[in-house]
Amino acid sequence: MTVLATYVERDSPVHRLPAGAKLGGLVVIAALSVLVRHWWQTAALLVVVALLYAAAYIPWRAAAAQLRPVALLVAGIGVFQVFVAGWERAVLVCGGITALVALAALVSLTTRTDALVEVVVGLAGPLRRFGLDPERVGLLASLGIRSVPVLVGLAREVRDAQRARGAATRPVAFLAPLMVRSLRHADQVAEALAARGIDD
Amino acid sequence: MIEFAGVSHAYPDAAGQATTVLREVSVRLTEHRIGVIGANGSGKSTFARMLNALVVPSVGSVRVDGLDTAREARAIRRRVGFCFTDPDAQIVMPTVQEDLAFSLRRRHLPKDEVARRVEAALDTYGLAAYRTQPAHLLSGGQKQLLALAAVLVTDPALVVMDEPTTLLDLANAVRVRERVRALAPQVVLVTHQLDLLDQFDRVLVFHEGRLVFDGAPADAVAHYRGLVLT
Repeated sequence: MTVLATYVERDSPVHRLPAGAKLGGLVVIAALSVLVRHWWQTAALLVVVALLYAAAYIPWRAAAAQLRPVALLVAGIGVFQVFVAGWERAVLVCGGITALVALAALVSLTTRTDALVEVVVGLAGPLRRFGLDPERVGLLASLGIRSVPVLVGLAREVRDAQRARGAATRPVAFLAPLMVRSLRHADQVAEALAARGIDD
Repeated sequence: MIEFAGVSHAYPDAAGQATTVLREVSVRLTEHRIGVIGANGSGKSTFARMLNALVVPSVGSVRVDGLDTAREARAIRRRVGFCFTDPDAQIVMPTVQEDLAFSLRRRHLPKDEVARRVEAALDTYGLAAYRTQPAHLLSGGQKQLLALAAVLVTDPALVVMDEPTTLLDLANAVRVRERVRALAPQVVLVTHQLDLLDQFDRVLVFHEGRLVFDGAPADAVAHYRGLVLT
């Protein structure tokens, strides 16, 4: 199971769009979403998102997998909104969150990470005058994306080890070994980057 | 050629005292395939890390093809590829294809040359079917092959491998072993799996920080067994 939207290779118009255009579009839609006032506008946005997924030839299972991590949160917010502000408001808020999460996932599903990193490197270009290397900013983005499944794996190992020893799952007992293992992993990654000549 | 001249190395321990992990090692290595064995804490991993300038000796000098690791680390790392025990720590890009391309990023090669080399590496290491697959979804053996491919795509003159099969099952260990045996560059392999060294040209045995034996694989393994099993 993937824990993060990752590129799905297809020959579609959405895939062929430049990474910068997709990221820019996502930022613009996210900014404009705060102006939405009616539930039917959110419903229309959800339809557009669904059409974009269809145009990108993304299987519905992959699309649903992107929404699964936020499903409980959105459902909780929805129930709360129905009781406090009515069903129209619930559709407006929950539909907006769902549409933006789905759109962000669509960018990841249809864009290679190196293309996204190139955009990040380009955007970080002006930081050069402050002594920051844009390539390093891009590397940071790559490492961030790559680290998510690794840390999820480490967390599973810590949890399984505790269960195997019959230990109750307490936050400190879970977080302390996870932090130690994460720091050790970070040390190993730093050494591997040095070995690949990245700090030269 | 690899040359260690009077190399010793010490790390500060938790109390701030120096702990010597390598003592007075002097050796010249010109053979194609060189194995390094020894018990845990014997100094073999420190020895391997010195070849890539990840560790610089406290005393003495290490030269690879005439380059001093203490002064020419950048040039050394262009010549020496390093493959770690845990491929998860070595794979830094989210997908297989991107990680291979990442190795070439600092080479400032034209894009089509990068693409050509990546394609060749994908084919050679049987990873073509996984090119856009997230690296974390690969099996342990595939990850180690990717880590090895990411090193070899840069055409290093020397490949150093620190226990590359430790985390692998038998089938994957055999796959990696076959790849290692077929490598064109000079190879230094640190391992606890002694059968990996069958067809190696020379094997070094480390014990308590010292190079205690240097010879043919069968003799080296016999010496090592004598050290740790008696």
